[in-house]
Amino acid sequence: MTRRRFCEAVGVGAAALALPGCGGRARTLYDKIWDAHRVLEEPGYPAVLYVDLHLLQDNTSSPAFHGLRRRGLSVRRPERTIATIDHTLSTTDPARPHPDPTTRAIIEAMRANSRGAGIRLFDIDSGQQGISHVIAPELGLTQPGMTIVCADSHTSTHGAFGALAFGIGTTDVERVLATQCLLASRSKRLEARIDGALPAGCTAKDVILALLAKLGIDGAVGHVIEYRGSAVRALSMEGRMTLCNMTIEAGARAGLVAPDDTTFEYLASREHAPRGRAFDEAVVRWRALATDDGAAFDTAVHLDASALEPMVTWGTDPGTAVPITARVPDPAARPGAGERASARRALAYMDLRPGEPLLGRRVDVVFLGSCTNARLTDLRLAAALLRGRRIQVKRMLVVPGSQQVKRACEAEGLHRVFLDAGCEWRAPGCSMCMALNGDEVAPGQYCVSTSNRNFEGRQGPGARTFLASPLTAAASALTGALEDPRRWTR
Amino acid sequence: MDALIRFTGTVLPLPARDINNDVVVPGRFLKMIDRDDARLRLALFHDWRFFEDGRPRPEFPMNRPEHQGATILLTGANFGCGSGREKAPWALLASGFRAVISTSFAEIFRSNALNNGLLPVTVAARAARALLAAVTKEPGLEVTIDLPAQEVRWRGGRASFPIDSFSKRCLVRGWDPLDYLLWHAGAISRFERTR
Repeated sequence: MTRRRFCEAVGVGAAALALPGCGGRARTLYDKIWDAHRVLEEPGYPAVLYVDLHLLQDNTSSPAFHGLRRRGLSVRRPERTIATIDHTLSTTDPARPHPDPTTRAIIEAMRANSRGAGIRLFDIDSGQQGISHVIAPELGLTQPGMTIVCADSHTSTHGAFGALAFGIGTTDVERVLATQCLLASRSKRLEARIDGALPAGCTAKDVILALLAKLGIDGAVGHVIEYRGSAVRALSMEGRMTLCNMTIEAGARAGLVAPDDTTFEYLASREHAPRGRAFDEAVVRWRALATDDGAAFDTAVHLDASALEPMVTWGTDPGTAVPITARVPDPAARPGAGERASARRALAYMDLRPGEPLLGRRVDVVFLGSCTNARLTDLRLAAALLRGRRIQVKRMLVVPGSQQVKRACEAEGLHRVFLDAGCEWRAPGCSMCMALNGDEVAPGQYCVSTSNRNFEGRQGPGARTFLASPLTAAASALTGALEDPRRWTR
Repeated sequence: MDALIRFTGTVLPLPARDINNDVVVPGRFLKMIDRDDARLRLALFHDWRFFEDGRPRPEFPMNRPEHQGATILLTGANFGCGSGREKAPWALLASGFRAVISTSFAEIFRSNALNNGLLPVTVAARAARALLAAVTKEPGLEVTIDLPAQEVRWRGGRASFPIDSFSKRCLVRGWDPLDYLLWHAGAISRFERTR
């Protein structure tokens, strides 16, 4: 059988026909996307990789446009580029000019640069503004088999759709704007197999925190992770986005979940997804992306989801998660001198002592938001616990991931649940995840955060972060201390 | 980008592992319209360098008189992890650093560093320990980084380091990788027509 006929028989699209490997060796999902986007690869040079979708955000874009202007270059494919304002925007009154002049200038630069280049900006008056990694999926812009980049490390989120998506720097933004391509080298493949049914009180966030504890924060450097197994199949698209979002915290280039009926159902009604017959044809192409039987991975890790407990971090990196019922570990028990020094430093910063229980530890602030956990299902989970109750922490910020999420919550009355419980109901943005917009945790305060990073100073100078799921965050808000959500959900 | 071939300098030792980019440049210093070197110099390791009232922490290596003028950062594994902010290599360059030596780097940091002419030098753990010991004993020790030879040399020691041939050529000759992409604009157009 000729290669063309073979490819037609198995339903491979025209773009893949020109590529070596089709009909040959068994390939992973990652290999298939890579092969379909490799413009060229010369000996002694990195591959030129085509970018299908480029997301721009306010905090990292402006210098790239300055670079383009200095070189007299223009944006090659404005229609493959979208922009949003998420990092610096006020979540209390986004429409009012920001009191900080630099923030104002950044937002105005994003508007002027988008307008000047003909790039669609999802501005606050669009009704579709939000965190880039929330809006691109919900608008149907993120689709299986695509390559997606953004100057934001949490671009890995879009891997939930079976798209190869990763963070880049500002210099690379300039290159993608100018050429729609990136220089890249092929990564190794890591299979993360997660089987078993998630116990009550556990979510995708607990899965990824447990996996990070297992891999360590550099355990996947040089790799692209493909998440497989029954527990991954059982996750909603929102859960898969949470999983892929924190892939970068293991040092991986990207995370992937092969598209399936859950993916197609999510995409079917989205504004920018194909429609009618085009959608049916796309589904045939998307199904063919799955890793072939017999395709080889370089590394493998396994996790039994049925044995999980709600997880929380005790330290200052996302790899320090333990079951919430555990005690603060002893740095002396860690394997290497470097790890022991890091753990001692982390405990000093967190003001925690080895052996003390995490449950019951005082919490001042709760943050429910970020590209990890600010989608409708995340907010529903938290609202179910908070309904009819009052929070016992000093403050709890609820920051929906997008204007669409905000409207959906308000249509269901969830905002009333949050407000009645004593929470602050905010406008969409990155907010307290990285405290760029003025939403920050005071020095020395403890925050249970549904975001992705607990680094020193991440949520404000001296702020102390416990990373956890929306369920654990809500339960801790109700208790005023680290709390096991299973005590509130049973 | 200036060519970076070989140079000799002194070392700032910061041996902690997993130093993340929120430590290298804390979030509140990120807001800038274009690269702002004065702000980046202040931002570099800010919360490890200064007390909350702005006084320097005397024990932090960057504040020690013997490490003033260092151009090489020697640090622990997985340097630059977390955020992909390009302000991290920018802040190091703005503060006079030309190379970072470690046993491993986070990928986005490594790529951002190379894109800006800051050399990420990956050495074996034994070499990193030997260099740290030598610098601890003699803080003003002169260390040479020789990119064509892919070698770090100091009195009493040497270590080789890997680098891909394309990045090496770009750094040594001062080439901008964007020119390589622009050179292939025709191939990119042909690729677009096949889709």
